[in-house]
Amino acid sequence: MDIHEYQAKELLSNFGVEVPPGALAYSPEQASYRARELGGDKWIVKAQVHAGGRGKAGGVKLCGNDIEIQSACEGMFGRKLVTHQTSPEGKGIYRVYVESAVVIDREIYLGFVLDRSSQRIMIVASGEGGMEIEDISAERPESIVRSTVEPAVGLQEFQCREIAFKLGLAPSLSAQMVRTLKGCYRAFTELDATMVEINPLVITGDQRVLALDAKMTFDDNALFRHPQISELRDKSQEDPRESRAADRGLSYVGLDGNIGCIVNGAGLAMATMDTIKLAGGEPANFLDIGGGATPERVAKAFRLVMSDNNVQAVLVNIFAGINRCDWVAEGVVAALKEVEVDVPVIVRLAGTNVEEGQKILAKSGLPIIRATTLVEAAERAVGAWQSDLAQGTKVRVEK
Amino acid sequence: MSIYLDRDTPVVVQGITGRMARFHTKDMLEYGTNVVAGVVPGKAGETVEGVPVFDTVKDAVLATGAKASLVFVPPPFAADSIMEAADGGISYCVCITDGIPAQDMIRVKRYMMRYPKERRMVLTGPNCAGTISPGKAMLGIMPSHIYLPGNVGIIGRSGTLGYEAAAQLKNYGIGVSTSVGIGGDPINGSSFKDILAQFEADQDTEIICMIGEIGGPQEAEAAAYIKENLTKPVVAYVAGLTAPKGRTMGHAGAIISAFGESASEKVEILTAAGVTVAENPAVIGETIAKILGKAA
Repeated sequence: MDIHEYQAKELLSNFGVEVPPGALAYSPEQASYRARELGGDKWIVKAQVHAGGRGKAGGVKLCGNDIEIQSACEGMFGRKLVTHQTSPEGKGIYRVYVESAVVIDREIYLGFVLDRSSQRIMIVASGEGGMEIEDISAERPESIVRSTVEPAVGLQEFQCREIAFKLGLAPSLSAQMVRTLKGCYRAFTELDATMVEINPLVITGDQRVLALDAKMTFDDNALFRHPQISELRDKSQEDPRESRAADRGLSYVGLDGNIGCIVNGAGLAMATMDTIKLAGGEPANFLDIGGGATPERVAKAFRLVMSDNNVQAVLVNIFAGINRCDWVAEGVVAALKEVEVDVPVIVRLAGTNVEEGQKILAKSGLPIIRATTLVEAAERAVGAWQSDLAQGTKVRVEK
Repeated sequence: MSIYLDRDTPVVVQGITGRMARFHTKDMLEYGTNVVAGVVPGKAGETVEGVPVFDTVKDAVLATGAKASLVFVPPPFAADSIMEAADGGISYCVCITDGIPAQDMIRVKRYMMRYPKERRMVLTGPNCAGTISPGKAMLGIMPSHIYLPGNVGIIGRSGTLGYEAAAQLKNYGIGVSTSVGIGGDPINGSSFKDILAQFEADQDTEIICMIGEIGGPQEAEAAAYIKENLTKPVVAYVAGLTAPKGRTMGHAGAIISAFGESASEKVEILTAAGVTVAENPAVIGETIAKILGKAA
């Protein structure tokens, strides 16, 4: 789960990470008021969206007076911000963060990640702050400093000092850097984060170490023990179909294609999408309905897939093991009687009792296109979509 | 021979009184698995499918000599159960549980290292379908009838995709020595590399089938290992060609976040290491059959 910059800054400052003074606003008027409250004569107005690359996309503005704040806000509120990390539609801006501007001496990149190779938490830092880490590792890989943390004892001060010296920080800044690194590490472990990124961490003109931006991602599997983090979820930043799926216990990722997929198991779901692509089609979604494939889940899955107006054929691929094919077939038939599906449906069943399953599908009287292998299913799905296209019947009614 | 699991391996099921664990305990017993004990704190003295339940893993090991463990414990308590198994003298543990916090798994892995190598537990999973040595024993939740006994070693991150491969092999009359699920989580007990080493040393395994997916470095690490150390042929498939960057595809670990983590990059790396990569999941069985001379 992702959170906003202002939320990450608040959390991190609770762990001793220093951040510039700032306040949240839900309207241009409130933004002006917040700026006056903060005082000073220069402010940064920052669009709060769950995506990086806001600066280049126009989501971060330096303002010197009230008029500039108003015009910055008008360019943000209610609009969608499109950055290189968002989809082409972008993400809606409903909150802005107003922050006192600071004089910057140096910019540093600082990230904490779960390193899957060492299976430990890794600190990644670079003196090339302000750049994306992908660009740093492509253009200035030698500037990157890495350090992994031994889980039994946690992050040690010598490791923090090493990082500070490798980044070329003045010895007088070492203590502040140690506090910042230890604060991020504690936030990461105590709140079950999977990523903490401060880009940039800056050294100010008056020699302070400040987090100018902050991003945190949390482990969905650990949210059960962090209700205060779960509350920070902002559904306006999520794909509505994906949040609806998550609320129903289904794992769904929307894509740009037109062949909807309903599959049990994440690996098989990805493999099904790959096969569609190889057959000349484009998958409309990833959807894992889990091992169970109960009639209720299949019906939910159909509703979800059909809520995507781009879907012009649906491929159901179930490998039934413990749950037999006949039972899964009954579920598919029940779901199709309940959910209105006005596009070709291709069903491929494999595993236990496959013949009985096929019989149930055949006897149902429903226009189900059956397939026995994965390739056949994908080809039939692509074929059904193309023939519909040729007949001019592919236009779906907006619901 | 087979790896990790044999006809006689005594098995303890942790969390045996749960609905899913009861169901699969029955299934495993019917398959011939030597399930000797269950563990649920506070339920010592009960039985499940005739199997005695103990309060702790140590009690179960003492009373029954259990060597392998299967963990069905819910996510908030699963890491604790795996550590209990490691401490209790279990030598091989499979964890089925999906949804264990990643940092719990970091602690588990660190904890396991505290034991000297000769008594250090091997963990596969979590978030996997388990391990089966067909015709001998099953430690997991897979539909056992799709596996014929034979000489293909299967390693996979995905459950149902592994079934797909086993079923395709069965259609060619080809069997499996052992199939090991390493699970879909970012921090897992054993990697492809660990299992590859076991299969290389196993006399009954002639060829290895490796089923990977997007995300993480383990396929690339396996490729380097194969190139240096393996004499047996390896056939691989990597799922997620169409997966967009930065999105989690069901499995917590199936996310492309760095270079070398996409399906096409992994295919390239594996191919360069001499691995035969099946282009699509429907030809995994056929590719292996051809190498074994059992298909045109």
